[in-house]
Amino acid sequence: MTRLRGMLVGLRVVAAIAAALGLGSILILATGADPLKAYTALVHEALFDYWGLSNTIVKTSPILLAALAVIVPLRAGVYNIGGEGQIYMGGLFGTLAALHLPTLPSMIAIPAALLCAMMGGALWASIAGLLKAWRGINEVIVTLLMNYIAIYVVSFAVSGPMIASGAPYPYSDEIPEQFRLPLLMPQTDAHIGVIFGVAAAVVIAFVFARTATGLSLDIVGKSPTAARYAGLNVKAHIVASMASGGMLAGLAGGIEVLGLKYRLFHLFSPGYGFDGVVAAFIANANPAFAPLSALFLGALKSGASVMQRAAGVEGTVVDAIVGLVVILVAASLAWKGDLLVGLFDGFRLKPVPSDQPNPTEPKQ
Amino acid sequence: MSLLPDIGLITVLLASGVRLATPIGFAALGGVLAERGGVYNVGLEGMMLWGAFGAAAGTYLTGSPVVGLVAGILLGAAAGLLLALLCVTLAVNQLVAGIAINLLCAGLTAFLARATFGLAGGGTAVSGFAAFPIPYLSGLPVIGPALFSQDPLAYMLPVLVAAVAFCMYRTQAGLRLRAAGESPRAADSAGVNVTAIRYVSLALSGACAAAGGCHLVLCQVYIFSEGMSAGKGFIALAAIILGRWHPVGAVVAALFFGLCDALQLQLQFSNPLVPYQIFLILPFAASLVALVWFNGGTRQPAATGKVFDRESR
Repeated sequence: MTRLRGMLVGLRVVAAIAAALGLGSILILATGADPLKAYTALVHEALFDYWGLSNTIVKTSPILLAALAVIVPLRAGVYNIGGEGQIYMGGLFGTLAALHLPTLPSMIAIPAALLCAMMGGALWASIAGLLKAWRGINEVIVTLLMNYIAIYVVSFAVSGPMIASGAPYPYSDEIPEQFRLPLLMPQTDAHIGVIFGVAAAVVIAFVFARTATGLSLDIVGKSPTAARYAGLNVKAHIVASMASGGMLAGLAGGIEVLGLKYRLFHLFSPGYGFDGVVAAFIANANPAFAPLSALFLGALKSGASVMQRAAGVEGTVVDAIVGLVVILVAASLAWKGDLLVGLFDGFRLKPVPSDQPNPTEPKQ
Repeated sequence: MSLLPDIGLITVLLASGVRLATPIGFAALGGVLAERGGVYNVGLEGMMLWGAFGAAAGTYLTGSPVVGLVAGILLGAAAGLLLALLCVTLAVNQLVAGIAINLLCAGLTAFLARATFGLAGGGTAVSGFAAFPIPYLSGLPVIGPALFSQDPLAYMLPVLVAAVAFCMYRTQAGLRLRAAGESPRAADSAGVNVTAIRYVSLALSGACAAAGGCHLVLCQVYIFSEGMSAGKGFIALAAIILGRWHPVGAVVAALFFGLCDALQLQLQFSNPLVPYQIFLILPFAASLVALVWFNGGTRQPAATGKVFDRESR
């Protein structure tokens, strides 16, 4: 029964995405291009072309980790909209580690640098967690504001203390070879980062479904009062879930530097943190669906440029379509199957509420 | 250049502070309207951007900034109604819906800007509103330029705030609005249509936030660029809390952030040797510190963020 419901949940999201793509084709038509041609080019380039697919995978891995960074705290009822800032801090800490750790074999060097990246993200996120837990300050606003602070901190770091000597514009030194992630697809940019993302999704899905940790997060998220009665430390859960989210986003930032960019620079993340929020919504905050929704967004992003070449459609149309996808998916998730029932109910006569007090109901 | 208090410097600082605060003030006022009615408007950022695009496109297509202003405000109201559809009718989580609005507005404006202004993507300047110094008053020392030598939209803001504050606390409509945010069930029992109130408050909220975006385009930079709201809508969210959900308080808090912004700009120019990013952080850091500092003892309207369903108990 639950499995069936889960499938229906998945299907209504697919329907919402299809509707968004339909609305998107109106936008494409409005610019005088052929939507079918544009979409065909997009799908072919993003998924069925060796180079295009590698590009899709490169974009999927940070989006997937950023999505998990939203999903984990959400389970405890905390909204982490600060993935973007945490990615920046992860990138900063990861780069610092890669540039300053002594020469080590890759087997040790890469995990050490990634661990530092995760720490950076976790630290940044736990500020919002602490403020939420102890001062009751709205974590949405705090994480949103801290995104901007993190972006400027990285911008400061790469234009001042970390700037490479002789750099024409602000970027750090290149990280040494032994810190670079191995490639997944030869001769492309696709690195093994996506494996981290998928592995994290599997682990988180297992933790949520099968362990006491998952259960206690659930209780904290659904009813803090009940959690307190059950003897759970609600504040610690909030901070820990935020920090775990930050760790995942920080890992995304670290992977982006160690796997693809090989150096830190201003605005090195093109909004992956926000794409992660989108991916988390499309997956209905289910870690098992997150790889799929991240792949979907990654494919859209990687196919965006080809749409212009193949069908003369601006790549920005993809941003607009992503916006439509989010609105429609958000709306579809609100529908829990009772909307149709409600519509039918509307035609039935409702009993007139009686003014007589119900004798079995105790008076206040 | 010395940083000692210099009257000329303070005069300039105040004047640019008020100018930079105006968009945040409009957005914060919009946020107060929404949250007093019982719905979070996390979409302020996107609605500002949407309003800015409407103002630029309307002005570009007709040549009249008045038409641009009206277009921007109407688009903002439409975005508010979309948020109402999601939050009130479909009962989508209000934070999710707000973020969805932000993403939709960011994507659509980027796309539409290229379609409207050509491939350069909004590199087209539009006409706007010039500053309108009020005779005599604008000549007052220190505060004259700040308060009486602004553009028409900046004069509109205090008038609007006074009107909203009056309506909210002195009229029946205002009482209903506050009841919808404080105790929708009681309001419903008293015959108030909570759904309708929330739709209207969100439409007004979107219109106000969009007016802030119009100010960015028509009174500050005369050009639309992608993502030009640049976090001002999120700062406005902080201003709502600092202003304790009161229209006047929220706009005063917005003024504080505007002054921080003006200060960081001035510090940037007077300290070219210090990396400018340190100053750019200032308005955001000030918002955070102010949130932590003043958060004690404030309380948001009791039903804000909660779905109201007539049928359920």
